[in-house]
Amino acid sequence: MAENISEISSAPTPLIQLRDVSKTYRKSGTDITIFHNLNLEIKAGDFVAVMGPSGSGKTTLLNLLGGIDRADAGSIAINDEELTHMSESRLSRWRADTVGFIFQFYNLMPMLNAASNVELPLLLTRLSRSERRKNVETALQIVGLEDRAGHSPKELSGGQQQRVAIARAIVSDPKLLLCDEPTGDLDRGTAAEILETLQMLNRDFGKTIIMVTHDPEAARYAKRVLHLDKGHFIEKELSS
Amino acid sequence: MPVLLKQILSVSWIGLRSIPQRPWLSLATIFTIATVVTVLLAFLAMSEGFRQTLTGGGSESVVLVMRGNAEAELNSVLIRDQVALLNSAPGIAKKDGAPLVSPELYVVVDGKKRSNEAKVNLPLRGMNSEGIALRENVTLTQGRMFAPGRNELVVGESLLREFQGFDLGNIVRFGASDWKVVGIFSAAGSVFESELWSDLAGVQSQFNRGSTVQSVRMRLTEPSAIEDLRAYIANDPRLNVDVVTEKAYFAKQAEGTSDIILMLGWPLAIAMALGALAGALNTIYTSVATRSREIATLRAIGFSSTSAFFGTLTESLLLSLLGGLLGSILALLFFDGISTSTLGSSFTQVVFRFDLSARLLLNGAVFALVIGFLGGLTPAFRAARIPVASAFSDR
Ligand SMILES: Nc1ncnc2c1ncn2[C@@H]1O[C@H](COP(=O)(O)OP(=O)(O)OP(=O)(O)O)[C@@H](O)[C@H]1O
Ligand SMILES: [Mg+2]
Repeated sequence: MAENISEISSAPTPLIQLRDVSKTYRKSGTDITIFHNLNLEIKAGDFVAVMGPSGSGKTTLLNLLGGIDRADAGSIAINDEELTHMSESRLSRWRADTVGFIFQFYNLMPMLNAASNVELPLLLTRLSRSERRKNVETALQIVGLEDRAGHSPKELSGGQQQRVAIARAIVSDPKLLLCDEPTGDLDRGTAAEILETLQMLNRDFGKTIIMVTHDPEAARYAKRVLHLDKGHFIEKELSS
Repeated sequence: MPVLLKQILSVSWIGLRSIPQRPWLSLATIFTIATVVTVLLAFLAMSEGFRQTLTGGGSESVVLVMRGNAEAELNSVLIRDQVALLNSAPGIAKKDGAPLVSPELYVVVDGKKRSNEAKVNLPLRGMNSEGIALRENVTLTQGRMFAPGRNELVVGESLLREFQGFDLGNIVRFGASDWKVVGIFSAAGSVFESELWSDLAGVQSQFNRGSTVQSVRMRLTEPSAIEDLRAYIANDPRLNVDVVTEKAYFAKQAEGTSDIILMLGWPLAIAMALGALAGALNTIYTSVATRSREIATLRAIGFSSTSAFFGTLTESLLLSLLGGLLGSILALLFFDGISTSTLGSSFTQVVFRFDLSARLLLNGAVFALVIGFLGGLTPAFRAARIPVASAFSDR
């Protein structure tokens, strides 16, 4: 519904809108301010790479955008919903509906096979078993692993495990994908395949993707790159 | 299926599937809980068996008459005149025109345990044929009944099983006189099976008791006839005696020992349970620690903290249930039905069997689950509070 309205209006509200966001960690008595009055807008359908030195707050940003950590001040609106005042349980449900996470170390459940790992987010929906099986199949097809459904993570290569994780992230069709160093643990060739998959999800399925990376090569797959340094963004448009 | 239940089930399932990653810790938890349950069940079975043995022999329509405030047969004395008065009391059942009244003498003789040769006190009961008629379920399994005036004994099966020298045909010596075993009887496992029986006059003369007895057993026409009997006794000042039903008498006798067994058993089981609890706690904490990234990942995906809580608790409950099951099996294998003897409240040996009923096994299972629940509770709280952001943390 909200999507239709924003498509009709000439200036669509961005999918992600951060206003004056501040985040401070307290570590052994001293405050470490990661963000102070941070502002950011990301349109639906964008593919953003976030770069920056270690400790600059890239993961913290993903945590805030994914609703798994809270800002100290300011507002975070995503998909027309304000996250800052949501209760824990609403936030859980919001995550299930809106965000797919892709981690550096894949974070698959080692004792479940690929299909069962991909099915996990669907257990939070009211879909029937057969509907779930169909969606899992589709998601595995999209990442090119339909023939590995019955394999357990340890029977899969790193790249294949990350593909399973991507299938898990998209199986419930969320608008937003948040990736923290998705290729950080992979060799160059495999990394390229994963990045092409992400690009395809952005291009063909309209997923909005925010990807943290250290690797300038990886950043080239994105539509734009944000450099995070000392709590602020410096943008660099990419000509792809 | 409600979504929350589905969540809890899948988080539990993932947790349970990960148990093989901690095989030794999990097995150790199962075994410690099993040990605790076995010990608890052994005590419960002992107490239950003792109670069953005593109360099983008691009847509602048989009354026991003893001197006022005697409490137990050993402390009681009744003289011949009192017995005669009781013979003409109202409410007494008759057999072949004669009232079913059995004056009995109960003395203590020496015996030896078969297992460790320990010297023990055994009860010898002198009575007439009415006494045997008053006791239900008594059957001779070997030999014949004692004949009056010949120092003959019949021996209860339980007593024969636990103590030396009472086999059929044996001569045993009590004090200055010899007694011949002429029969073996069973009494449905009741306390009477722990006794030696002979004829009243013989026991009276060999133990210098003159014409006194210690108790009189009588069969009532019906249980409510005890009121008439009590009124009759209250009206006659020569009858300074107490009347109790056999059932009430045995129940009271059972109480003390049965309670002592429980009073030893429960604290021991609880002390051991504290140890098992610490083990379970450690195992489940380890599980939560090693799985914290998995749990955080599930939370990031959208699983609720409630499901993380119950998923963790389930692991603990399952381990403890397995422990409880194993403990029950061990108890059934090693303790159910074994026979032993202990000092009853008349300072003579009572032989009884451990009795593991379904109710007791259920007690064991509940006890195991309580350990599992308490052991899983704090780790479950920790699991529910794992920061979701740790899904992103390095290895
Ligand atoms: N839970 C926390 N408690 C205290 N300090 C934290 C916490 N999380 C992060 N920090 C601190 O915040 C800063 C930013 O951390 P963050 O993980 O966002 O950096 P990053 O840009 O992702 O770094 P990297 O490239 O090494 O992953 C660091 O100094 C870190 O030590
Ligand atoms: Mg980081």
